[in-house]
This record gives sequence, structure tokens and C-alpha cells, in this order.
Amino acid sequence: MAASELNISIRPDSSLSVVFQAKGVTKIYQMGEVQVHALRGVDLELREGEFVVLLGASGSGKSTLLNILGGLDVPTSGTVHYRDQDLTTFRDSVLTRYRREHIGFVFQFYNLIPSLTARENVALVTEIAKNPLAPAEALKLVDLGDRLDHFPAQLSGGEQQRVAIARAIAKRPEVLLCDEPTGALDLKTGIVVLEALERVNRELGTTTVVITHNVDIAQMADRVIHLSDGRIVSDETNPDKVPPSELTW
Amino acid sequence: MNALDLKMWRDLWRLRGQAFAIVAVMASGVACFIMFLTTLDSMQLTRELYYRDYRFAEIFAPLKRAPQSLQARIAALNGVARIDTRVIAPATIDIEGFSEPVTGVITSIPDSGEPLLNNLYLRSGRLLDAGRNDEVIISEPFAEAHGFKPGDKLHVIVRGKRKQLRIVGTGSSPEYIHQLRPGGTFPDYKHFGVMWMARTPLSHAYDMEGAFNNIVLTLDEGAKGQDIIDRIDDILDPYGGGGAYFRKDQSSHRFLSQEIDQIENLANIFPIIFLGVAAFLLNVVVTRLVGAQREQIAALKAFGYGNPAVAVHFLKMVLLIVLAAVVLGVLVGAWLGVMLSGIYVELFRLPFLNFELRPQRIIQATTITAIAGLLGTLAAVRIAAKLKPAEAMRPESPAAYRQTLIEALGMKRLFSAPTRMILRHISHKPLKSLLSVLGISFACAILMSGRFQEDTVNYMMDIHYGLSQRDDLYLLFNEATSRKALAELVSLPGVEFGEVFRAVSVRLRHEHHHYRTYIQGFEPRGEIKRLVNTDLQPFELPRAGIVLNEYLGKNILGLKLGDRVTVEVLEGNKPVREVPVVAMVHQHLGVGAYMDRRALNRLLSEGDLISGAYLYIDEAYENEIYQRLKERPRIIGTAVRAHELANFHRTMDDTMLFNAYISAFFASIIAFGVIYNSARITLTERGRELASLRVLGFTRGEISYILLGELAILTLVAIPPGLLLGKGLCAYIAKSMDSDLYRVPLILEPHTYAFAALVVLISAVASGLLVRRRLDRLNLIEVLKTRE
Repeated sequence: MAASELNISIRPDSSLSVVFQAKGVTKIYQMGEVQVHALRGVDLELREGEFVVLLGASGSGKSTLLNILGGLDVPTSGTVHYRDQDLTTFRDSVLTRYRREHIGFVFQFYNLIPSLTARENVALVTEIAKNPLAPAEALKLVDLGDRLDHFPAQLSGGEQQRVAIARAIAKRPEVLLCDEPTGALDLKTGIVVLEALERVNRELGTTTVVITHNVDIAQMADRVIHLSDGRIVSDETNPDKVPPSELTW
Repeated sequence: MNALDLKMWRDLWRLRGQAFAIVAVMASGVACFIMFLTTLDSMQLTRELYYRDYRFAEIFAPLKRAPQSLQARIAALNGVARIDTRVIAPATIDIEGFSEPVTGVITSIPDSGEPLLNNLYLRSGRLLDAGRNDEVIISEPFAEAHGFKPGDKLHVIVRGKRKQLRIVGTGSSPEYIHQLRPGGTFPDYKHFGVMWMARTPLSHAYDMEGAFNNIVLTLDEGAKGQDIIDRIDDILDPYGGGGAYFRKDQSSHRFLSQEIDQIENLANIFPIIFLGVAAFLLNVVVTRLVGAQREQIAALKAFGYGNPAVAVHFLKMVLLIVLAAVVLGVLVGAWLGVMLSGIYVELFRLPFLNFELRPQRIIQATTITAIAGLLGTLAAVRIAAKLKPAEAMRPESPAAYRQTLIEALGMKRLFSAPTRMILRHISHKPLKSLLSVLGISFACAILMSGRFQEDTVNYMMDIHYGLSQRDDLYLLFNEATSRKALAELVSLPGVEFGEVFRAVSVRLRHEHHHYRTYIQGFEPRGEIKRLVNTDLQPFELPRAGIVLNEYLGKNILGLKLGDRVTVEVLEGNKPVREVPVVAMVHQHLGVGAYMDRRALNRLLSEGDLISGAYLYIDEAYENEIYQRLKERPRIIGTAVRAHELANFHRTMDDTMLFNAYISAFFASIIAFGVIYNSARITLTERGRELASLRVLGFTRGEISYILLGELAILTLVAIPPGLLLGKGLCAYIAKSMDSDLYRVPLILEPHTYAFAALVVLISAVASGLLVRRRLDRLNLIEVLKTRE
């Protein structure tokens, strides 16, 4: 397979341990009488501490891949290993525990709980985590130390997204999965959010996967994977990482 | 079908669970309305037809004895349409194989053919044969109580003469729908029988040959009834006239009317509660629907649909729900109405039922349901109509929450984040939460109203028979007798103790109010019969003056303490006296007037006379005592306490059971409707929130807690005010049941509260479980992609 050979040849730092290993992952959705092939045999390895950007057009399969990695969906065939465990064999309750203990999610539309303040939205997760950051500390990491007791309705979009990031990282997840985190934001606030993600990746060493269709964001990644029509069409390391503050789109 | 209507049908289908819950609550209101009102209509119609077809008299005049020739004088009075004279005789009835004392009243009918007035409705058998003097027709309930059929025989003792009679028919008459023996509190068909005999043999037995002792008549249209009554009283005065009276004062008619009136009160209150709750539910659902469809509404307007078109679109949906509720409610209500009417026909002892569902009732039900539906949804529909397209294209701004009061008071630390979510969501829309609580409270209240009758009846019985009327046996003589008769009664083997009383038939008059009743005179410090206030304190009779039952004194006669009431005695010399009202006693049963027996004897200008006695007896000698009493011709009425109790319970059981079932059923619908809708709305409002939490690693149990915790709090908060509301509702119903027969006290046993709370909790759990199933199917992936 060309793609996997490519993977091996350009692996950024093979001394780092593998977090995810996907082999021959396909996903077929039955939409009425039509079968939709969202993924067609994806092989992929993600390593500790990597900042990966998944690029692709709408319908390329990037969200499906993210959902499968995050334990929200199961592949039709193929295997997905997290460390040495096969996610495809997990029952629903085990998948829940897997998400709870290892995965941080950031959504395009933040999905904050409007009835809880910033601090409480974070606490929502820290209350059920094993070794979490203090909510205030997590919010400080995303530069929201002074907005702790504000409700979502009192925060701007960028601030809401940073609360969402704080909520995702507060449990010290090994993996942070972000689906279009800047999709609903303007350039300036988008950059602030990306800076927060970059800082978390750098300071906590969290493996971070960002889905976007914004090619410019790829410049800040360690590694850029391109999906098209359910297949990985390129997987490249990025030797010249650009800090988010220098991005434009 | 145009596209907009198609959208409405699909929206309705999508909301089918909630729409069904609303239809169910609304239909319950319609069903209650139809059930009570068709029962009321049917009872009134049945009574009306019965009275008309069986020629129920309009004026009644009892007297001691008058020659038959007197009839012509009264018939000649201007305004008298039809007139009939009768002989009415008290009797003791001897039934083979039944030792308990049975008394009755025999009314004469013509030797052949039908009576001119108060005709008989024959249920079985035939009318009397001319020329036979041993035939009798007995009342249907009496026949049922003893299993009599035409052809059976019984013995009656009239004026000391024992006579064997053959039953040729069973039936009833409009005069004796409600059959109460003299001095009795409740109908007792086993120990009191109404019978009809031919005039000739009855006159012979009762020494009334060529005479009569009762007149009934009807009036010409426009006749002056009161004038005729006055003339009759004048004419009958020398013949021991007991005072003529109108139909409205006839005891059977009066009781029946009061019972029928009670139905009307129930018909008013329950539909209001149900339709109020349904209006609230519609409001919540339609408001939510409009909120969720902001962008669709904007698009419609952008395409050129006008505001009225959008409003009509939502109103159509509401009216469809109303229509479904009316159809279902009318069907269920008519079905229940047939059942309830059947129960009431039995209870009131009407011979037949003319069930009718009047079209105007359906129109009324439709109108009030539509009004309730529209009132509930007007605000939401206005929002939809007024929405500016450009504004609606943008999503709704996030809801602004704040800390709840308890958190602000420093108790924040006590609550986890999920608990805070619950508390803040409840306080976020306080009116909605409040109305949900109110809806559940009403369910609780309705449940209590279905059960409290039983508690109350038991209590009334305990008080009346446990504290006030404590005799084992009650005897009534055919006329006032020397007190010495008591010594003779007490000397019977097995009679342990006895007390005497004097009872005299009177008309009490105050200003323009008057009421026919008995004054009971008894021993001021009686052991068996005592007056007991509702605070359960025995009440000693003053030596002089009259004591009135409070309902009689205040409500019927408009008297206050210290006023003087005019006592027109309707027996003997018929003195008329002014007597001061020295006390009013609050009692649950009957409408009595009481005096010290000696004071009553003085008022009547008579010696130490008695009308009857109360006895304590030894059960072992029961049958022997009954047998001895039957041999005494002067004893015309007897009652055994235990029987009166049991019979009353039997007559009430069916209605109470029906009420309990129906109210439990309807109340569960309300509880379920409110809780299920509340849960579904919360689920749509917060489904995304809850799915996000699932993605973040919350388990199903944990997110269920957030959703169902809110319901649990609303339900638990609703129960205590619901129990209070229930108390109020029961008090209202109790008050509306006030009648001559009883004033219903508000008695609620702990098990009634517990039952109401339990049914509400079960409904809550059931609706919670239904919604919980939907939580399990939350689409986690959708959440990542969509904004609300």
C-alpha cells in the first residue's frame, strides 16, 4: 500500500509510542436504499504528543474517522487500536469509559451547558475524572482566568470555544479531538483558540487531532493528513511549523 | 394538500407522543364534562318523564280521617285539576324466615284500574284484581331485598289485625322514589317496605271505611297554589289536617332533587381543572415548537407567506388536537355517562333510565375545549406571527441562566455540576416550572377527591352511631303513649336498658321560610340518645326552648340564636307556639329539631307521653325480642342500628367505587400528561446538551440523572401542595354535597394522602422510563456537527 509505505517512510519520530493504530478501517452507512462509503480502508498511526491536522473537503470521511477514534462510532470493518486495546471490540459502556478517561472533545459549536458557568462547565468533567486539573487552572491555560464565573451567554464565541478546550483538557486526556474548532469563529478569535490548542499540546503533551477544511491551519501542525473520498491521499510531516499568531486565512 | 398542511401533519406526527398526552388530558376534561352533564340531563329527563307519565301529584295533604264526601268540596276549589283521596296505613310486616323487625306503609289504590295520581310503575306481575281483598303490590327495592316474586305471600299487621297477603306485582311510584321510614336516616329496603293495596280491604283493615286520610292533587295551569293550600288547610282543619304542602316539600322529591343537584356541582369543577392543565401543556409544546422552527418560519416568510398564514398554520395544529380530544372525550364521556347514570338510577331507585346525550352538550364541550386550546397557545402563535424573517434566520441567542437562590445563599458547594444544571434549569423558566408543579398538584388533588367520600362516610357513621344514636333497637308507637310503656318494654327478657322519646310532626316557620320536620323530645341527660356537636362534645338539652340543627336553623329557616321560631304542630290539637331557639347544634346527618321531652310535653299541653323508645338489648335474645315486638300492634316502626349502617354503606358503595376508579384513572392521565410532556420538552431543549455530555464520557445513568432529576424534583415539590389542594378540592365537594340528608365533613385519612402521592409517583416513574428510552437513542455524532 502506497499510503502506509509513505507513512512509515515519513514517520516524524518513530521513537514515540503509538497511541492509535487503525488498520483497513472502512465505514459504510446505509442511507435509505443507498450505501454511503464514508471510509474505504484507512490505515493510520498516531503517536504521542503529535499535533495532527486532518484536511479534507466536506464528505471526505474526516469526521467519520475522528468519531471512530473518539469511540463515538464503530467501523464496518478493520481494527482500531488505542494503545494495545481494540476499540472495535468495546461494548457501549466500555466506550463511554474510554471517552471519559482518555479522550477530550472540542466541538465546532462549543456545546457548552448554558446553565453552568465557565468554571462549572469544566467542573462537569473534572468531577468524573481520575486525576484532573483544577477547573480554574484549566481555564488559566486558555487565558480565561478572569472569566471563571461567567455563564456562556456572557461570553464571546472565542471565549466559549476556549472554555470548551479547557473542559476537554481538564481531565488530562491523552488525546484531544477537535472537530472544526474555529469553524464558527472569525480570524482573530480563531487564532486565539488555536493558540490555546497549541499551548495545551506543547505544555501537556496531549496528542491533538484537529479536523478542518481550512488549509492554512495545517501550517501549525506537526503532521498533515489529507482525506478524500474516504481514503488517505497524503500524510506529510511539516518541517516548518508556523505559530498560530502568524496564520492568516 | 398544500405543502404547509403537509408540514403540519408531519410535525404533528413527529410530536405524536406529546400530542397524544395533550389529547388525553383534554379528552379527560371533555369526558368528565360529558359524563357528569349527560348523567345530570338523563336524571332530570328520567325524573321528568316519570313524574309526567305516572302523574305525580303537586299538592299533598295528610289528615287524620275525613268522610269521603269531603273530596268533592276540595275538588270544587278553583284551580284544582285532578284530585285523589287515599288511605295510607302504617304496618308491621311479618316475613317467614326473617326474624328482624320489618315495618312498612301501605297506600291504597283503586280496587280496580290505575290510580288517578301517583300511578304505579309495574316492574313485574299485574295490578290488583277487582273483588280480591288479599292482594298486594310491593315496592321493587323491598321485593329485591327479600327476593319476593309475584305469587309469594307475606303477613301484615295493620291496627293490630294480622292479615295474609299475596304479592301480585312489584313496582314503584313517583311518590316513593326515595323511601325513608318514619324517623329513619337512610333508606333501608330490608326493614322498611312500601306497599299498595286495594282501597276497600285496606279501609276495612285500618277502620277507614267511607273515609280517607290523605289527599293528593294537581293544579290547573296558572292556579294559585298557595291559596289552594290555605283553603285545603281550612277545610281539613276539623279532620285533623296535617298541613298541605307542595311537591317541593315532598320528602322523596326533595331528597331526589338534592341528590341530582350534587351532580351539577361536580360537572363544574373537574372539566375546568383538566382543560386548564391541557391549555398549559399546549402552551409549552407549541412555544417550544415555534422556538425550534424559527428558521423554518423565517424561510416561509422569506418565500412570501404572510403573518396570518403562519399563525393559521400553528392554530390549525392546535385545533386538530382539540378536535381529536373532543371526539375521544365525547365517546369516552358518553360511555362513562351511561355507566354513571346506571349507577345513579340504582342509587336513586328510579324505575327506568332515559339516557340522553344532548347535541348542545357536545357543542358546549367543543366550544370550551377550543377556547382552552386557543387561550393556551395564543402567546406562542403570536410569537410565530410576529417573528421578523431576518431575525429568525439567526439562531436563538443562548439562554441566559443565573445562579439559583439556594446557591446564592452559599449552599453551592453542596451541589455537583449536574445537580446545579437541574436547579438552574428549573429556575430558568420559573413560570413553566410552577405550572408543571401545579399540574401535578392537581393530579394529586383529583386522586384525593376520589377517595375522600369513603373516609367521610365512615367518619359520619362512627359519629352518628357511635356517639349520638347509640341504641341497638329503636321503636316507634302508632300514637303517643304513656311513659309507663317503657317499664313493660324493659321487662322483656334480653332488654338491658331503655330510654324514651317524644316525636311530633311540626312545621317550623320563620319569616317566609318553613320546613316540615319532627321535633324530637328526649331525656336531657340521656345515655343512649345524646346530641353531639361536630366537635364531638355531648350537648346537654336545655330545660326550655328548642335546639335546632344548624343547617335547619341557619340555611333553611334563616334563624340566629335567640330568635323565636314558630312551631305549628301538625298533630292532635295542632297548637301554634313561638319558641326561642336556645342553641344550634352542628350535626352531619339529618335536619333535626330537639327539645327536652318534658318541655315538648308542656308545649303540646299533654301529660307524660312518649312516642317511642331506644333500647339496649342482649344479642343472645335478639330474635326473641323481635318476635315479641311483632306481637305488639302499637309498635309501628322499628330499626336495628347495625342494619341501617350496613344498608347505607351498600347504597353508597357503587358510587364511591366508581368515583374512586374514575378519578384515579383521570388523575393518572393528568400526572402522566404533565410529567411526560415536561420530560419530552426538556429532552428536546437539552438533548444536545445531554448528548455532548455523553460524548464527554458521561454514562447513560449520569445524564439520566440530569433529565429525570428535574422531573423528580418537580414531582416531589408538587406533592405537598397537591395534598393541600386536594384538601381544598375535597372541602369544595363536601360543601357542595350539603343537603337535608347530610352535611359532609372533610375527613381525610392518612391512607388517602398516601394513595394520592403514590399514584402520582408511579405516573412520574412510568413517564420517566418512557423518556429514558429516548435518552439511550441520543445521536452522539449529530451533536458534533449541528448547532441548535
